[in-house]
Amino acid sequence: MSLIQVKDLYKIYQMGNTEVRALDGVSVSIDQNEYVSIMGPSGSGKSTLMNLLGCLDTPTSGEFFMDGINVATMGDDELAHIRNKKIGFVFQTFNLLPKSTSLRNVELPLIYNGEIKAHERRDMAIKALTRVNLGDRVSHKPNELSGGQRQRVAVARALVNNPAIILADEPTGNLDSKTGEEIMSLFDELHKQGNTIILVTHEEHIAAHASRVVRLLDGKIAVDEATEKGKK
Amino acid sequence: MYLRTTIKTLNDAFFMALEAIRDNLLRSILTLLGIVIGVFAIIAVMTAIRTLESSINTGLNVFGSDVIFIQKSPVIQMGDHNSRRKYWRRPNITYDMALELRDRMLGAEFVSAQDGTGGKTIRFKKETTNPNVGVQGVDEFGLEALNHKLDYGRNFIPEDIEYGRRVVILGTDVIQKLFPFQDPIDQTISINGIGFDVIGTLQRKGEMFGQSQDNFVIVPITAYLQYYGNRWTSLGISIKAPDGESFDLTKEEVIDQMRIVRGLGPLDENDFEVTSNDALIDTFGSFTAGIKMFAGAVSVIALVVAGIGIMNIMLVSVSERIKEIGIRKAIGATRNNILFQFLLEAVFLSLIGGVIGVMLGIGVGNMVTLVMKNVAPVIPIDWVFIGLGVCSFIGIVFGIYPAYKAAGLDPIESLRHE
Repeated sequence: MSLIQVKDLYKIYQMGNTEVRALDGVSVSIDQNEYVSIMGPSGSGKSTLMNLLGCLDTPTSGEFFMDGINVATMGDDELAHIRNKKIGFVFQTFNLLPKSTSLRNVELPLIYNGEIKAHERRDMAIKALTRVNLGDRVSHKPNELSGGQRQRVAVARALVNNPAIILADEPTGNLDSKTGEEIMSLFDELHKQGNTIILVTHEEHIAAHASRVVRLLDGKIAVDEATEKGKK
Repeated sequence: MYLRTTIKTLNDAFFMALEAIRDNLLRSILTLLGIVIGVFAIIAVMTAIRTLESSINTGLNVFGSDVIFIQKSPVIQMGDHNSRRKYWRRPNITYDMALELRDRMLGAEFVSAQDGTGGKTIRFKKETTNPNVGVQGVDEFGLEALNHKLDYGRNFIPEDIEYGRRVVILGTDVIQKLFPFQDPIDQTISINGIGFDVIGTLQRKGEMFGQSQDNFVIVPITAYLQYYGNRWTSLGISIKAPDGESFDLTKEEVIDQMRIVRGLGPLDENDFEVTSNDALIDTFGSFTAGIKMFAGAVSVIALVVAGIGIMNIMLVSVSERIKEIGIRKAIGATRNNILFQFLLEAVFLSLIGGVIGVMLGIGVGNMVTLVMKNVAPVIPIDWVFIGLGVCSFIGIVFGIYPAYKAAGLDPIESLRHE
């Protein structure tokens, strides 16, 4: 069975008298160690799909299995546990805690895990920071780091709990192109190491890093195909 | 297992709360101020009263143990002019009454009459004390009744009392003044010009409320009445119960017999006051209860105001940190994680204020000991815990709503918040 199995997913918002179908029957499955980018113009439902795939939201109807677990009908706290253990987020605006050190930021998912001892947490966080080449920035706060470094801290935070998927939402959107490329090569590296990566973007050259691209339009999947890289 | 994760959650929430307080230090300190004042008020007053109480309980052991004391008017008089006149108009207690009571009392270990006066000058050869020495008239039971301890020499014997012999037992202040290098026993001193032979000396009692308790001499009650008594002299009578158990019985007997001695009819009110160490301490207690209530009221008001301040600051904190809450939720914080974090933040904020208040309160409350010597500093442990308990309670009560609000935030909208 696929790592992510989505079938007939609907997300419908009621705005006054009008019904907005943000997702209008989406079916997609993503396998272990796939590298998928999700594209689409604004309003196409890609943010909604990302929120659903990230277990931040629940669908109006449809099936959603993650790692064999039915996520579609879960409550808030169960979803929080899934997010904590199965998903690593990387956001466009980094979303680090501004007053905490890199170490503390990376440790945070492990704290909410609730079963890892403090010294183990520290070791795991340092290891994750070393993986993104920030082993020497452990006690720096976000405002003492460059944009690229901040995003790498965020990647380390996404990696630290060894998630089933890494979900990156426009990870290069706030970076210059050179730093953006650095981050993307970091993702390429992580993919080679066996991680499953889902990338939400509207930039073709970023999407090209993935081996498969899913294009959304008006809440439906318009295209689901292998990229040039994927065809090789 | 569940307990362990809960403890871990609390532990982690504790450090997160500390971080948040440190991040907003000035604002936190200002919020703490109300709590500090509230806790300070109650702890300072309680500490001050406790030091006084402990000195009362040791120092105010005016009477020996199991001793019942009778005199015309109450030891501590409260009330208006009328009630004071009521006491004043009562007939004096005479030595004969004391003797009659002694004959009538069957269940007492002793019945002892005494009185005291101050402002006397004691002279030995060329040495003279200031005119501030107390003279106490007692009988052979007087030392025990008044909790005096003989150091050297002898106590009075019944014959000393019966014949009104001019013999005297000296307190240590008088000895230091008149006999710095000499054994006072068998020397003759004069009390306001009347000669007395020294037969004994007393052990030191120390000070209470900065006042020496050793600046006096003791003479037989009969000699006292002869030389220092006047028409206003009214004696006190000490009655010792055989033991603690029969104390109440003895007290009843004392009252019954004293009513007969005083010639009271069945419907008459007692025209004398019965007291004891316990009763004295009780009287002091009712005296301090008012102060305690006032301090309590001040504290309650300050703490409620402080609690509202905490709620306000926590609400501000939540709305400032919506993004942070979103991030935390996205990476796996449950509702309870967020709830505990903000709740504990409120509780720790409150507790830190409480701890500062307790320390200040104990410090200031113990300043009593600087003014009064021989009063030991006190830490009112029970009130420390009560104070900190109330602080936690306030933190929870006023922190629960903001924390609940934070916990209920939607992760997607929170993440989008700028």
